[in-house]
Amino acid sequence: MSWIALRMLVGDTAKYLGMIFGVAFSVLLITQQSSIFLGLLQRSAAAVVEVRDADIWVMDPRVQFIDGARGLPDTALQRVRGVPGVAWAAPHLRTTTTIATAGVELTAATLVGVDDASLAGLPAQLSHGTREALSAPGAVMLNGSGWTFLFKDRPFEPGLELELNDSRAVVVGLLDTSQTLSQQVQIYARYGTALSFAPGGRNRLSFVLAKAAPGEDPRAVAQRIQDVTGLKALSREEFRDATQRYIIFNTGIPQSFASVVTLGVVVGIVVVALTFSLFIRDNARQFGALRAIGVSGWQLAGMVMLQGAVVGVVGYAIGLGMATWLVETSAQNVLAFQGFFVPWQVAALSAAIVVLIIAWAGLGGLRRVLKLDPAAVFRG
Amino acid sequence: MPMSATTPSAVVCRGLVKEFTDGSQTLQVLRGIDTTFAAGQLSLLVGPSGCGKTTLISIIAGTLSATQGEVCVFGQELTRMKRAELVRFRRQTVGFIFQQYNLLPTLTAAENACVALAAAGMARRPALERASDMLHRLGLGDHLGKLPSQLSGGQQQRVAIARALVHGPRLVVCDEPTAALDAKTGHTVMELLREAAVAQDRACIVVTHDNRIFDLADRIVHMEDGHVIDPPAGSGIGSAQ
Repeated sequence: MSWIALRMLVGDTAKYLGMIFGVAFSVLLITQQSSIFLGLLQRSAAAVVEVRDADIWVMDPRVQFIDGARGLPDTALQRVRGVPGVAWAAPHLRTTTTIATAGVELTAATLVGVDDASLAGLPAQLSHGTREALSAPGAVMLNGSGWTFLFKDRPFEPGLELELNDSRAVVVGLLDTSQTLSQQVQIYARYGTALSFAPGGRNRLSFVLAKAAPGEDPRAVAQRIQDVTGLKALSREEFRDATQRYIIFNTGIPQSFASVVTLGVVVGIVVVALTFSLFIRDNARQFGALRAIGVSGWQLAGMVMLQGAVVGVVGYAIGLGMATWLVETSAQNVLAFQGFFVPWQVAALSAAIVVLIIAWAGLGGLRRVLKLDPAAVFRG
Repeated sequence: MPMSATTPSAVVCRGLVKEFTDGSQTLQVLRGIDTTFAAGQLSLLVGPSGCGKTTLISIIAGTLSATQGEVCVFGQELTRMKRAELVRFRRQTVGFIFQQYNLLPTLTAAENACVALAAAGMARRPALERASDMLHRLGLGDHLGKLPSQLSGGQQQRVAIARALVHGPRLVVCDEPTAALDAKTGHTVMELLREAAVAQDRACIVVTHDNRIFDLADRIVHMEDGHVIDPPAGSGIGSAQ
């Protein structure tokens, strides 16, 4: 009976396409919006994740996420270095500044200061320049997308000068880093140089980065730092999670995306359930005739489930394809979407929601079909 | 009184009562039907609207259960069958022809005609071959690939006949098969039905108001107010024509 079920389904072109559209649109909304949300969530903690040389972040006890740092006294660095199990500790500055340069409007940027000697805290991948170049007076490096944001298609020019808070900075390289949630442009400099760019204040040390000694568990060392210094110390993964949690629970971003995803689910259920219901109603006499002829309830249920499965699979494939194309194309062509992609978990979530939509619509249709009285076809 | 499984009759009804309940009201549609339909005959079931013809044929075909009484079709007692057994009975023993044809609009004539075979589990290709043979016999060999919307009323009814007969049922039940057809086409359809459905070990029961086809019946059963009644004197109905 499966081929009859399929012919009944595809033969009613308008309803078939309507149901496919409902599922595809729903999958498109859910997948695209969820992927962008996860991309933003990843960005929020990118600055933590991409500091690979340190595995412990030390901060003021009240700090909740990376862009909410509060200055530490300079003595904090020495106190952390004195904790057993700490291989090394380095200062890390993270603050907001403004950039001015010829032909570019004033732009806010994140200024990151990394250890003067070891450059600990500097992302590992460079696309232009060398790490050593950062030793020059006033030397800074930009993130690649920050360069594009400022200078569009202009090729990288070593030695280009920037004005940071009335100080002269010279761009000596580009770093291959992810964008962050807060600013498009990130400027990296040695700690001492960065302090000269940053507005003055008594405590300007944002974080202390530390490395656990070989054989030591970073989480255990972080706990020890907390116990000894009274500062907050988290492993890289813990600080990444804390930052993402902050974004989830303290900004309206998840609610905004969740409302669109919910809309996608509702649209999917309403469009598919209504159309499927119409499809069953319009074919009620035919289904009734099939029951009279001797098609069993199980066979009819199988037909309806097959029809639902086909709508689900085709709609899902189209919706996922469109969403993937949209996200990938945006990531390649729009700076704000750079680095975004469709994770398999999102694809799986969309698939689960399609199953929910089809089950909702199919059960309604199935109930109607199974309640059909075979004798009704004789009653005209 | 239990019925013998070896009765020569195709259909035996004994004390058949059917009541429909609507809220607190109970409507008795069949009021104790005792009748038989013989094998090898085309029987017409006639009577005014609301007399219980369709209810009786629905019970005989196994799509409706009786409130009281017994129905035996080719030795199978329907009133004692479970739901799954009734489905199997309908699939194997009964062919249905409806007033409105009830063809699946998105299936071709050949595909519609093989639905009963598909329901019985036959693969698509052999089912289509058998259905095509049946349509050839009914004069629709040139219309196998047409959709119902591309066929005339008479042609659609012939497809419905093919669908009803393709699996070789012993009992064919028809509900007003000529109601939507003109006189000539209706007569042609009934002749085809008689030729294809009536044989020594088979029977065909037709519910109809259409007195233009009375001449094709072997027996005419007259119903009124839920009873099978003796034919009115001089009416010319009630016996083999």
